[in-house]
Parts: sequence; structure tokens; C-alpha cells
Amino acid sequence: MAKNTSKVEKKGALSIKNVTKIYDPTGVNVMAVDDCSMEIAGGEVCMIVGPSGCGKTTLLNGIAGFHSITEGSIHLDDELLCGPGKPKADQSAERMVVFQHGALFPWKTLQENVAYGPTVQKVLPPAQALDKAGQMLAEAGLGNFLKKYPGEVSSGMARRAEIVRALINNPKVLLLDEPYRAMDALTKQIMHESLLETYDRTGVTIFFITHDLEEAIFLGDKVHIVTTRPCQLKKTVEVKIPRPRSYETQSSEKFRRLLEEVNDAVHEEAVKAFKAGEREMA
Amino acid sequence: MNSTAESNKVAPEGFNLFLYRTKKHFSGPDPYLTIAGVFLWLFAYWVLCEGLQIWRFTKLPGPVAISKDWFSTTPFQGISIFTQEYYDHIYVSCQRILIAFGIATGLGVPLGLFMGWSRSIRDYIFPIIELLRPIPILAWVPLSILLLPGFEGPVIFLATLASFFVTTLNAMLGVDSIDEEYFRAAGCLGSSRWDVFKNVVVPGALPFIFTGLQISIGVAWFSLVAAEMVSGDLGLGYLIVDAYMNNVTVPMVIAMITLGFIGYFSSACVRALGNRLMAWHVKELAQQGR
Repeated sequence: MAKNTSKVEKKGALSIKNVTKIYDPTGVNVMAVDDCSMEIAGGEVCMIVGPSGCGKTTLLNGIAGFHSITEGSIHLDDELLCGPGKPKADQSAERMVVFQHGALFPWKTLQENVAYGPTVQKVLPPAQALDKAGQMLAEAGLGNFLKKYPGEVSSGMARRAEIVRALINNPKVLLLDEPYRAMDALTKQIMHESLLETYDRTGVTIFFITHDLEEAIFLGDKVHIVTTRPCQLKKTVEVKIPRPRSYETQSSEKFRRLLEEVNDAVHEEAVKAFKAGEREMA
Repeated sequence: MNSTAESNKVAPEGFNLFLYRTKKHFSGPDPYLTIAGVFLWLFAYWVLCEGLQIWRFTKLPGPVAISKDWFSTTPFQGISIFTQEYYDHIYVSCQRILIAFGIATGLGVPLGLFMGWSRSIRDYIFPIIELLRPIPILAWVPLSILLLPGFEGPVIFLATLASFFVTTLNAMLGVDSIDEEYFRAAGCLGSSRWDVFKNVVVPGALPFIFTGLQISIGVAWFSLVAAEMVSGDLGLGYLIVDAYMNNVTVPMVIAMITLGFIGYFSSACVRALGNRLMAWHVKELAQQGR
């Protein structure tokens, strides 16, 4: 139901305006994000690329409502999430986060994990939530692992289950913080295909933080390159490669050119970040 | 390796699984080392007390003297597995432990969880607990006798107190140990504060809680015995002191060994219960090869 409407109306437009985040303004005063603005259209896959520790996660935490922002505002479909007078967004299932290190509850089976959202939100009675969870996990190719605990399955499976746990809530936006960071290249490939397949099916807006430039271009509609700390938008590269994309896309000439373009921009920032790091250590 | 035969094998279940595990256990060196170790210690004990009769050790009953009395229908020094008195002491001590451990767990686990969960509850209670915790159990004896009537009250109070502190502290640290991301994930998924408590705080703290309970049942035993020695009319601790006062050393050692066995058994029960409740944890550890 909500799946289809979201596809037609393209819900989930994120508008980030002049966001600034200063940690501990009265003390250490670390500026993590400085006057950062971004427009993300509904149903867009938006990749955020930037050097380590530049404040990408800070931005994500602001959108998810894990912490407050100091200045600026964030809107979701013209609805104010946080801004003047309301520094911290409410946490809500419309903005689902998939965490860097994975945050499936280790004490619940995959099925119970996925059923958790609809159950606590009282969208579905527990038994039906479990049924639906089982069904969605099976669609994601995890049908044989419903009763397994996250500690018993591979990291790739756990990550897929975590994305299913997010999607069962019909979120408007999926916020992913380097979800495939620790994976080997082969697993990553499978994960990408699975995520693209999911995206083609649901059309959910995706806000995806990564360090992997090939991943950024392969998955994204737009690649936003941000500067080293404090985080600002440096450059946006549009990826005009038609969907559905397959793994052969990565060897195309167009892909190579885009990769070069992104690489140039990121490299500059990485060098700056490295020098800044050297200064801080000195 | 014969791969087809391997894949045709069905994993054993139920009683067969138990047999398989027992067989596997005894196929390694561990159980034999344990048995050899026990005999080595017993032998050393015998050599000191009865074999060579080393100075001072002659005052202690040796293994032969003890086992003669322990398994005799007419024990020379009054206590054996055939005397009702022996079981009365065991029964009373076990009953006290059950009550004390029950109260300590019933109060300590929720209190610790709430202290871990809520900053303000912690601010109210933690300093007081930290202040009372280092006071040795024996220092509480006079106060507990003044406060509580009869023999049972003070004894159970003392046994409860020690294990209560251990349990509370571990439950609190258990909550502290939970990764922040689980709380964030729960928040995103639309949990109320109570949902978070039920689904993140309690299960997440469980491994620490059970570590705490294993320690706390041990602590309960030794504070119980201390309490029984000071103020009691029955129980294994009382038996030890009573035997010493009457200059009969065999029942004293019998009571000590009995305490050891029961303590071992009670910790094993707590551990088994923990493993049952935390299948996820056990499987996770197994996956890591432990």
C-alpha cells in the first residue's frame, strides 16, 4: 500500500539548509558541520563521500534525530524535522538508519528483529508482524535463516536482514552509514545488487555515506562530495547511468570518467584532511 | 576424507546428543586429568595428616578418618550421611540461601537495571550503595541482631546483603555495557521508553547479570556461613563452629567439604539457567569457537 504510493508521489524529499553542528560549543568547540546545504529529491539515491572524520555521520545523526543541530534546518517533505526552536529531530520510523557496525539485536532471531518495528509501533499484531517479517526475509533470500540469531549468520546476511528490518516499516528515507565497510569485494558486490533490487522495488529515498567511490557511483543518482571538517558540500556529481544497473556497468567508459571526476575532488579533500591531522598531532 | 558419508550423517538429538557429548568428552584428556588431579590432592592430604603425620597436621582429621565417619552408620563423632542431623543442617542452610539469594536477586536485578537505564535513579541511589558496599558483612552482625528478631532474621539479612550488592552492581554495569547503537536502532524503530527497557536493556544486560548471579550465590554462601557462625542454631556454618567448640574435628571438615559441593552445585545451576535464557549468547560464543 504505502509502498506503491511512495513510488508514485516520490515521497521522502530531504532538504538540508545551512546546517551547522558544533560539538560542545562552550568547551572544546569542535565544528563538525559548517553551513552545509543539500537538496535530495524524493526517491533519489544520494551518496555522501568525504574524508574520514569529516562530519558525514554527524549530518546523518542530525537527520535521524540522534543528536541536535546547532544552526540551520532539515525538512522532510516540507515538514520541519529540526531547525530554529527545535534543535533535535524526533526519532521516527519514517527515517530508518542502517548502522556502520550493524545493530540487529543479538538477542533476537532475524525474524524477531524484523518484526520488532511493526510490533512496537502497533502497526501489526505480533503474530502477523512475524509472518510478514518471515515473508520479507524470504524475499531477501534469507528464508532459511529466520530462526537464527545475528551472531550465527555471516555479516552479509546480517546486513541484508538489517535493511529488511528497516524496510518493513515503509520508511520515507533510508539512512545508511557505511553499511558495507568491512566486507570483502565479492560480498559487497552481492550487497550492492541486492540493495539496487530493493531500491527498484520500493523507490525509497536513500542517504548513503561511503568511502568507496566505485560504490558511490554504482549505486547513486547523485554523489555529493563533502569537504574535510567542518563538513560542507564541495561538489555534486550526477550519475546519469540508466537503471536497472548491473555489474557490467562498472567497466563502462562512462563509469570510468565519473570515477575520475569524483576521485579528483575527493583526493584534494583527503590531502587536506591528512595535513590537518598532521597539524593536530604536532 | 569421505565426504558423502559425512554429509549423510544426521546430527544427533536429545538423549543421543547427550551420549555423543559424553563420549566425546571422555575421548579427550580433560576428564582423566581432573580425576588424576583430585587423587593427587587427596594423596597429598593423606600424606600430611595420616601417612607421615607432619607436625601440626596431626591435629587435623585425615581423609581416611573423615571418610570412615562420613559413610558410617554409627559415626564416631556424630555426623555422617546416615544421621538425620547432617541433613537438618544442610536443609536449613539451603533454605536460607534460597531465601537470601531470591531476595537479593529480586531486588538487586531490577534496581541495577533501573540504575543503568535512568540517570536520575542512578544519581539517587548509586552513592549510597557505593558507601555501604565496602562495609564487611561481619560489621553488620551487631546491627542486624539489634534490628531483626530471632535467629533466622539476622542470618538471612546478612546473606542477602552481600549478594544484593554484587547483583545490583553487575546489573547496572550490564546496562552500561550495551552498545549505544542498539538504543538508537530501537529509537528509530519506533520504541517507547518501556519497549526499550524490555527489548534492549533487559536482554542486553543479561550476560552481565548472570555473571553477577554466579558471583553473588558464592558470596551468599560465605556470608551465610559467617552469619551462622556468629548467630545461629542450625546450618552448616553453625555445625563447623559447634564442632570446633566441642573439639570434634571430623564433622567440622565434613561440613566444609559439604559446603564446597553444594556451593559448586548451586553455581552450576545458576550457570545452566543463564545458558538456557541466553541461547543467543551461547550460540554467538560457539560461533567464535568458544
